[in-house]
Parts: sequence; C-alpha cells; structure tokens
Amino acid sequence: MADFFQMGGYALYVWSAYALAFVVLLINWLGPYFKHKKKLKNASDFYLLNREQEHDTSA
Amino acid sequence: MMQWFHRMASPAWFYRFSGKLIPFLILTFTPLLIIGLYGGLVTAPSDYQQGDAFRIIYVHVPAAWMSLFIYIVMAVYAVITLIWRIKLAEILLISSAPVGVGFTILALATGSLWGKPMWGTWWSWDARLTSELLLLFLYLGVIGLYRAIEEKRTASRFVSILVLVGTVNIPIIHYSVEWWNTLHQGSTITLTEKPSMHIDMLIPLLMMAIAFKVFYGISLLIQARAELVEREFNSRWVRELVEENSDG
Amino acid sequence: MTPRRKKRLLLVLLMIFGVSSATALALKAFDQNMMFFYSPTEINAGKAPENRDFRIGGLVVQGSVVRSEKSLMVKFDLTDTKEVITVQYAGILPDLFREGQGIIARGQLNDGVINAVEVLAKHDENYMPPEIADAVATAKEAN
Repeated sequence: MADFFQMGGYALYVWSAYALAFVVLLINWLGPYFKHKKKLKNASDFYLLNREQEHDTSA
Repeated sequence: MMQWFHRMASPAWFYRFSGKLIPFLILTFTPLLIIGLYGGLVTAPSDYQQGDAFRIIYVHVPAAWMSLFIYIVMAVYAVITLIWRIKLAEILLISSAPVGVGFTILALATGSLWGKPMWGTWWSWDARLTSELLLLFLYLGVIGLYRAIEEKRTASRFVSILVLVGTVNIPIIHYSVEWWNTLHQGSTITLTEKPSMHIDMLIPLLMMAIAFKVFYGISLLIQARAELVEREFNSRWVRELVEENSDG
Repeated sequence: MTPRRKKRLLLVLLMIFGVSSATALALKAFDQNMMFFYSPTEINAGKAPENRDFRIGGLVVQGSVVRSEKSLMVKFDLTDTKEVITVQYAGILPDLFREGQGIIARGQLNDGVINAVEVLAKHDENYMPPEIADAVATAKEAN
C-alpha cells in the first residue's frame, strides 16, 4: 500500500497531476451547474414579479 | 429528415431532451472513470524506462486529445452558425469553450508535471508545446470576444470566424512531432498503425479517453442549458418552464 | 441550399483556404527555426550557429560516459548513428539519462566539443512493462 502512494519516488508529480485533473473536472461540472441554477432563479424572479404586478394593476 | 433536424434545433425541445440525457451521461461517466483510474494507477504495469512516472499519461493524453477534439467540434458549430444561422449551434459553440479551456490547461499542466522528472524541464519552446499553448490562447480569445460583444447573435458570428481561423493550428499541433525535431515524443496511438504500447497499459488509457469524452458531453449540456435560459429569457418556453417549477 | 447560404459557404471555404495557405507559407519560411535541435551530422557540416547557444540532439554512445570523481562534471558522446560529437556538462542529469538514450543538450561549440548548460532527456513513444522490454532486447540480440 505504501508503495502505491510513493509511485516509485514520483509521488509528487503523479499525484499532483491526478489532483489537478480532479479539480479541472470539478470546476467544469459545478461551474455550469450553478450558472444554470442562477439563470433559472433570475428568470423565475422576473416572471413572479411580473405576475404580482399584473395582480396589482387588475385589483 | 429536415423536420427532425429543425425540431432538434428548437431551443425548447433541446432543453427538455438534454435534461433527460444528462443523467444517462453521468451513469456512463462514473463507472468508466473509476475503472479507468483503477486500471491506470493500479493494474497497469510500470514502464520499463519511466517507472511509475508514466502513469501521468492517463490524464495527460486524454486531456490533450479532448483539447483538440472540442476545438474541432467547435469548428463544425462555427460553420453551421455562419451558413445556416442556427441559434442552437451558436449556443453549443460558446458552451464548449470553457470545458475546452479546462482540458487544454490540464494537458499543459500535467505535461509539465511529467516533463520535469523525465525530460528534466517543466517547459520548453518546442513546436508541440508552443502550438498547444497557442490553442489555449485561442480558447480564451473565443470566450473574451464573445463577452466583449453585447449582441449575442453578432458575437456568435465573430466568434465563429475566429474559431475557423484558429483551426489551422489543429493539424500543426497534431503533426508537429513529425514535421519538426521536438523534445516531445511522437504519437503512441495513431489511426494507421498498431499502438506502441503494451495492451495492459493501453486499455485504461482508452477507458479514460472515453470517460473524458462523456464528461465533455455532461459539461457542455449543462452549460448550454444555462446559456439557453439566459438568451431565451423573453420566450414563451422559459416562462412556461419557470411557472411549471414554481407551481410544482 | 438557398443561394444566400451557398454564398456564405463559399466565403467560409475561401477564408479557410486563405488562412491555411498563409500559415503554410509562414511555416515554410521559418522551417529551420521550428527545428528544436541540430543533429551531430549538421553540426559537423558547420550548419550550427556560432557564438550563441543552440541545441543538439542525439543518442548517448554506449560506454562513452565519463564522470568526474570530484565534481558533477560529465563527458559523453552523442550520435545520430552517422557522426559523433562530444558533450561536456556540469550539472544534474535527468532521471532518464543513460547510455543509448536520446538526449538534447543546449550549449555552444568550442574546439569541436559542446559545452552544455542544459541536458534534457528525450524519451520515445513506446510504453511497456520491464519484462517485455527485456524480452524484446533479447530477441533483438538473437537476430
């Protein structure tokens, strides 16, 4: 097991490369995910506000 | 056929369809990634020359392939944008850029982490490394240009031209190791010849390559959905979607 | 395809053609500068620049590596299988430096010897486990 983590003495390079890959994938997953959520929220705030205003004017 | 094509290109239809597709992509991606990582880090034997340092190949090469692949896909969307002016092609084009940046940075950085222990240097201005760095600037240029132009349909047209101009860099990156003397070695896997890699090392590499490709699909679709909602803000389908969500 | 789309397609093709030919010409003009290193044959033919650093690439000749006992100084011959040139270097060698390995050294030419300031290892695109590499080597010797 210790051998596995030492990577034949190249642990720093190998594990840094894999850690970096993890970070890049995570950013490219969560980035768009939260952007999508935000855009939906913006749209829903906008339309809900419009609906309330319509009610106000009709009342 | 044309009817199908037009229905696919309708933003509302694409939004619903991609929402159903994403879970399947995630279900494909996860096992591929786990098996690929296990194969690359555990079952693949050490290299006769490079020992365990060669295991960086399992993130480096798939990332480098994706950096080229995504750019070629963007060029296809660019042609569709310029000739047919299909809105969905514009969305898919610009939504590919961030994940393209990610894979290009990953290819460059893991290459550096591999170059230091093996070649003896983090960086060198040889033809392969320099042309890949240029690719990163092209991706960043695409994002910058798109953001700089307010009207998004106009922005998409200018971005498409930039992407098409940049495609000359793609064959240069690919053939750089053959056309010139470089520090970077030649291609291990080519379409025409048998791969110069042991089969136990090769299979995890291909697994990782497919996993990264599926990941591109996931990232692209989520990004495109976000762009669609933003661009189609005033359309009926976004309104219906929002009202569906708030009622339910 | 409508005539308007045909016209757009033509413009796109024209642009791609224009940019590619310009790039091809530029690369042709800079061909020599795109070369990362010179071979021993080119250097012995006097093609390498004088009074400035350049790179030389070649294989380390078997049995030619001489290490100084007092310092990091190391001397070895590089070959492209035709000509040979000697390289001197004082510094840390990359892990892959060994006899028979492809090496790229940067430095200046002085009396037929390269005084290197940097030595990089170039590895090939073949990957295999050590047992297989041994088997390949034995098979080659048998032939």
